[in-house]
Amino acid sequence: MSSSAAVRLESVTKRFGAVTAVDGLDLEIRDGEFFSMLGPSGSGKTTVLRMIAGFEAPTSGKVFLDEQDVTKQAPFARNVNTVFQDYALFPHLDVVGNVEYGLAVKKVPRKQRRERAEEALASVQLSGFGARRPSQLSGGQRQRVALARALVNRPKVLLLDEPLGALDLKLRREMQLELKQLQREVGITFVFVTHDQEEALTMSDRIAVFNHGRVEQVAAPAQLYEAPASSFVAGFVGTSNLISGETARVVLGREGMFSIRPEKILLAGTDEAQGLRGRATGVIEAVVYLGSVNHYVVRLDEGGTLTVLRQNLHGTSDQKVGAEGDRVTLAWADEHVIDLNPPSASGNHQEEK
Amino acid sequence: MSGVLHRHPRLRLGLLLGPPMLWLGVAYLGALAALFITALWTADGFTGNIQREWTLDNFKDVFSLEVYRTITIRTLLTAVAVTVIDAALAFPVALYMAKVASPRAQRLLVIAILTPLWASYLVKAYAWRGMFSADGPIAWLADPFGLSTPGYGLVATVVTLAYLWLPYMILPMYAGLERLPNSLLEASADLGAGARVTLRRVVLPVLFPAVVAGSIFTFSLTLGDYIAVKIVGGTNQMLGNVIYDNVLTGNNLPFAAAVSTIPVVIMLVYLAAVRRTGALDNL
Repeated sequence: MSSSAAVRLESVTKRFGAVTAVDGLDLEIRDGEFFSMLGPSGSGKTTVLRMIAGFEAPTSGKVFLDEQDVTKQAPFARNVNTVFQDYALFPHLDVVGNVEYGLAVKKVPRKQRRERAEEALASVQLSGFGARRPSQLSGGQRQRVALARALVNRPKVLLLDEPLGALDLKLRREMQLELKQLQREVGITFVFVTHDQEEALTMSDRIAVFNHGRVEQVAAPAQLYEAPASSFVAGFVGTSNLISGETARVVLGREGMFSIRPEKILLAGTDEAQGLRGRATGVIEAVVYLGSVNHYVVRLDEGGTLTVLRQNLHGTSDQKVGAEGDRVTLAWADEHVIDLNPPSASGNHQEEK
Repeated sequence: MSGVLHRHPRLRLGLLLGPPMLWLGVAYLGALAALFITALWTADGFTGNIQREWTLDNFKDVFSLEVYRTITIRTLLTAVAVTVIDAALAFPVALYMAKVASPRAQRLLVIAILTPLWASYLVKAYAWRGMFSADGPIAWLADPFGLSTPGYGLVATVVTLAYLWLPYMILPMYAGLERLPNSLLEASADLGAGARVTLRRVVLPVLFPAVVAGSIFTFSLTLGDYIAVKIVGGTNQMLGNVIYDNVLTGNNLPFAAAVSTIPVVIMLVYLAAVRRTGALDNL
């Protein structure tokens, strides 16, 4: 992966009336990477995408594409293409007409643009669908057409605004893998907006976590999960399991705010917990059966709750559901305690792969 | 009672649609059929009484006499001109209402466009008579440029009718543009199209059914109009005047009926042509 920036935002701020959607944002998206912008709704991620595309102008700050200042450029002058949340397919054109729209506008000769459109449709497994109308396609197929319509222009950067949001879970999982594979094949920089942490973790090379118009952390998926830089990131990406105040002092012997991922906490006395000493005791408050795994919500004697994840390797799950009210001892390894205290955790704030 | 209806969906449908279908059948198609049949009779030239003898003479006269051909062509061209003028005027207004104006301004504009429809047709037509009069506002405005009012004639007729039917074109266009998602405009820009290309390749094609819907109003209302023509049209006659004169002064109902099949046929041809474009599928 080269280190040049495909997209760079320099202290970009966007206000809508009294609302600040994006607040002094600096961001660098590398050439050829699959970059996700993850955050709850209203966190400013879509606004950032729209500013890269050119649909919104920043209130202040600068947008660079390929190190060119494009802040004042209209969308049609920018070498980026967008896959819209509602797909935005042209209803009066058939599938081929939609896909070759960008080429027709750029006056690419008819024969050549037909070829490229067919090629793009083949790359999203829609060969032979060219003559259909968008209204005759399923949601997943429309999504692919939108993708082909954008990719056929061979943009520098492809922007995707929650493109999988309207699909059902199974289709969404398939499309996640396909998108990732497609991105590797075409080598175009993908900027993907989503509020689904699993989606972001599955596909991305790097993820920016948005909160209130600011970026909390930019990191590779594993680092984001294993070493979240703030309690917000810890909570938004995975289950947070926060330990703070009195509980932290007693259980961990340290001051401040900490987190342990649910799968890193073990029930003492089980095979997996061998060699680890018990750290805390508590009562199982609830058991959430999720098929392949169970979540145990344990109320600690020192106060607060921790969620423990355990795979259903042995026995029937019914027995485990019956475990509510049992006293348990929890164990974990020291390296799995995540320090969320801002100054000491500064190393995590900067992107690093 | 409701139990019976629930078990018999056909009976339910029959009760629901029976009365309006009866009305459509008797009042609408019946009147049209009566019209056509009347056209095949003749009127006694002296008493004006209808003589029920089958003949095609009325149609022969309508199609062979030069004056009726001229009037038909004039009426047709007037309807086309009114429709084109209305479409050209309505598009920017509708575009502004649907895509630019704030929700509040949008409501005010809809009201402003609907309000003239509440005023009497006659009042509006006479207002235009005043506008075109020799010492009216148009003469006053044109005078500094060495021009004068076009007076009462074809131009005044087209202007007045275009004014009268404009709301019928704006409203469907506005509704059509409202339904056009902004993301389509953004997608077009995203794919490299400037405003003019987006207008030509996205907005107008998507809007076409709405334009057709509006044009059916402006076109057919113009085809049948005779009052505005009488008020501002000067000596120019349109098909409506021929029908009116034959009924009231000529006392020749069969001939009037024959003439009135012309706009009916024109409208049928127009609808068939429009249907071929597929625009009616999306209404």
